[in-house]
Amino acid sequence: MKQLRLSGSGGQGVITAAIIFAEAAMSEGRQVVQSQSYGPEARGGASKAEVIIDDKPIYHPKIIKPDIVLSLTQKAADKYYKDLDEKTGLLVVDEDLVPDIPDFPNVIKVPVTRIASEQVGKMLFTNIVALGVLVKLSKLISFASAEASVKKRVPPHTIEQNIKALKLGYDAV
Amino acid sequence: MKERTYEKYFRQNRLPHIWCPGCGNGIAMKAIVLAVEKQKLPRDKTIIVSGIGCSSRASGYMDFDTLHTAHGRAIPFATGIKLANPELNVIVITGDGDCTAIGGNHFIHGARRNIDLTVVLFNNTIYGMTGGQASPMTPLHKKATTAPYGSVDRPFDACKLAQAAGASYVARSTAFHVQHLTSMIAEGIACKGFSFIEALVQCPTAYGRKNKMPDPSEMMKWMRDNAVMKAAWDKLPEDKRTDKFPIGVFHEQQTVEYTKAYREVIELAQGGRK
Amino acid sequence: MNNMKLMQGNEACAAGAIAAGVRFFGGYPITPSTEIAETMAKVLPSVDGCFVQMEDEIGGMGVVLGASLAGKKVLTATSGPGFSLKQELIGYAACAEIPVVIVNVQRVGPSTGQPTSPAQGDVMQARWGTHGDHPMIALSPWTVRETFDATVMAVNYAERFRTPVILLMDEIVGHLRENIELPKSDELNIYPRRRPSKTRAQGYEPYAPEKDLVPNPADFGTGYHIHVTGLVHDYTGFPSGSPAVTEEFIDRLHKKIAIAQDEITHYDEFFMDDAEYAVLSYGGVARTAYEAVRQAREKGIKVGMIRLMTIWPFADKVIRRNAEKLKGILVPELNYGQLKYEVERAAAGKCPVKLLAKYNTEIFTPSEILKAIENLEGGRIL
Repeated sequence: MKQLRLSGSGGQGVITAAIIFAEAAMSEGRQVVQSQSYGPEARGGASKAEVIIDDKPIYHPKIIKPDIVLSLTQKAADKYYKDLDEKTGLLVVDEDLVPDIPDFPNVIKVPVTRIASEQVGKMLFTNIVALGVLVKLSKLISFASAEASVKKRVPPHTIEQNIKALKLGYDAV
Repeated sequence: MKERTYEKYFRQNRLPHIWCPGCGNGIAMKAIVLAVEKQKLPRDKTIIVSGIGCSSRASGYMDFDTLHTAHGRAIPFATGIKLANPELNVIVITGDGDCTAIGGNHFIHGARRNIDLTVVLFNNTIYGMTGGQASPMTPLHKKATTAPYGSVDRPFDACKLAQAAGASYVARSTAFHVQHLTSMIAEGIACKGFSFIEALVQCPTAYGRKNKMPDPSEMMKWMRDNAVMKAAWDKLPEDKRTDKFPIGVFHEQQTVEYTKAYREVIELAQGGRK
Repeated sequence: MNNMKLMQGNEACAAGAIAAGVRFFGGYPITPSTEIAETMAKVLPSVDGCFVQMEDEIGGMGVVLGASLAGKKVLTATSGPGFSLKQELIGYAACAEIPVVIVNVQRVGPSTGQPTSPAQGDVMQARWGTHGDHPMIALSPWTVRETFDATVMAVNYAERFRTPVILLMDEIVGHLRENIELPKSDELNIYPRRRPSKTRAQGYEPYAPEKDLVPNPADFGTGYHIHVTGLVHDYTGFPSGSPAVTEEFIDRLHKKIAIAQDEITHYDEFFMDDAEYAVLSYGGVARTAYEAVRQAREKGIKVGMIRLMTIWPFADKVIRRNAEKLKGILVPELNYGQLKYEVERAAAGKCPVKLLAKYNTEIFTPSEILKAIENLEGGRIL
């Protein structure tokens, strides 16, 4: 069983990224569950989306011990990294938006938001850049599956930019 | 004697009705079936929907598919019937409390959607069935069991409310003006949109007796003497309007009817195939 | 695996409704059920159905009842505060015997509570929420796939028994996405709308019960001129003040469900063959309970699990049969204790029943339930 947590603030698209990840894993024949928790507001606040991947049916729907936590805001990083395993867990943070790196041995910093705005053209693509990062780091799904899953979920006129974002994220780590 | 052709529209085995002697509801109910006859509505495709209260017992006496809903909820039920089967003619019978108090939100939103319903409000200005409590249409300073010192709550003008909320057709008449009331309802039926007709009816038992007008004929004379046809009302100087009220068609503007509007949604959803 | 889809519980509910023949949805948006309305708004017009967003929850209930009377299969969806508002017309549907499915995606209450957090606090409201006496059918799915199946079943039961049916979901399953494969339409059994068995000339009475104690009031607009009321009525459909008519009416409402109870009681038993203890669970919580029971088995504890899908009518026989041979039953619930008391009543003293309650917006962890199972075995159940 592998457990991934994507966190950030409402509107950053972490839920969409989690759905795309789960769908890609499903396309490779894995069992998946995807869940999220957020506050009453549609924008802002700390939100998280979780993906569990296994080869057996998954019953308990939430993460017990994450393998990877991705955080796109300081607030989310502070809130959601704590149950990571000190030895095997991996914390991935946005280099610019998480200035105070939590005291954790295994942290990877990636300027995902900066890559999205400077290299793809819009901050809107942050979540897909982050997805690319996770695809590479998690080694759970192939880039091709992720690519196919992105194409299925995003609006047709944004496919090209989203694939670019995915690739940039994938190559950034 | 003129043949009472309208009698076929009643469930003879459900009569006599439960209304008090002198009540105006029977007159308004008869006006509805006269209007149905005038417009030649097919009986199997005409549905009568009512709420709760004296007025709303009318549905049980009328030989159509009839629906006696819950208090205030006639318009949502009627909306569901019309949307489910737009070929049906749906007539709503409601009262002043049913329509403008507990059903007030449904009333304004029915008008806003402009769904093709004909809503006839039997306005007796009181909660009659439960013994005479004040309604949102009880006139100022008139007495009710829950307004023993006279009502200080400002009453609604349900016609203005319907018009402001978007109804296609708005009219008022009284139990005294039977022919007029019938033609107001008939025009409402003909209008393909939300039609609202306020029928002022006398309630000698629960309202009249508390307000020095226990005699039903006196109440009807009061209607005769104080109702002013819309055209005359418009010319009436402000100082002459005291205690009087207008009747007639107040508003008629056919805009897009809701089931038609939803047809467009269906066509869009099906990619213009229909 | 070509038909495998990643689907959310709420989406599966909408898909199940469409598959079951629902062609009318009226409602009011409310978290965490909104995706059901959103999906129906998109899909219904494409299958010649109708979606309408009403002015409030009560209107949403009234409009579906009107549409049901006019011949459509109908469904509405809501959550806590909306479920409270809908009770008035749920009672109307029970009294006037109008087929309707009400989905309640439970969230934390009372009042506005915690709109985005899961709970199971409406279990008793689903049974007793309206005034007066009438039975209820309530189904509570634990997976996304079962949400589809339970919705089809709910629509079928609503039509078959001409009664309101509650699909008692929770935020856990409502917002969960899982990979599922939906059945093909020819694999489904769909209960059709009941029709009058007599003509008016043959003395048709709209509320005269058939052999299954369910009447066949005609759809509006089909020429029968029936009268439908929320007042107690006789076989003609017209109000009656008679004590005998009232008693027979209330009896029949109960009996039409009661005589089919075994058939509509759906549940699973896991690891029960040699079980000395059992965890009784339902809805999203059952997923965690299953994981805890599995872990307990690995530790050698003889514990099994009973998972109720049919919450109402309550599975008395299932509980009683198991209680006879068990040393104890644990009931984990995301509430202050609701179904536990039903389990206790049904167990009738044959074995102790212990509640594990949680009501802080978080779902159980497997270890919390595991610990409670270990405590059962430690003999501390009383």
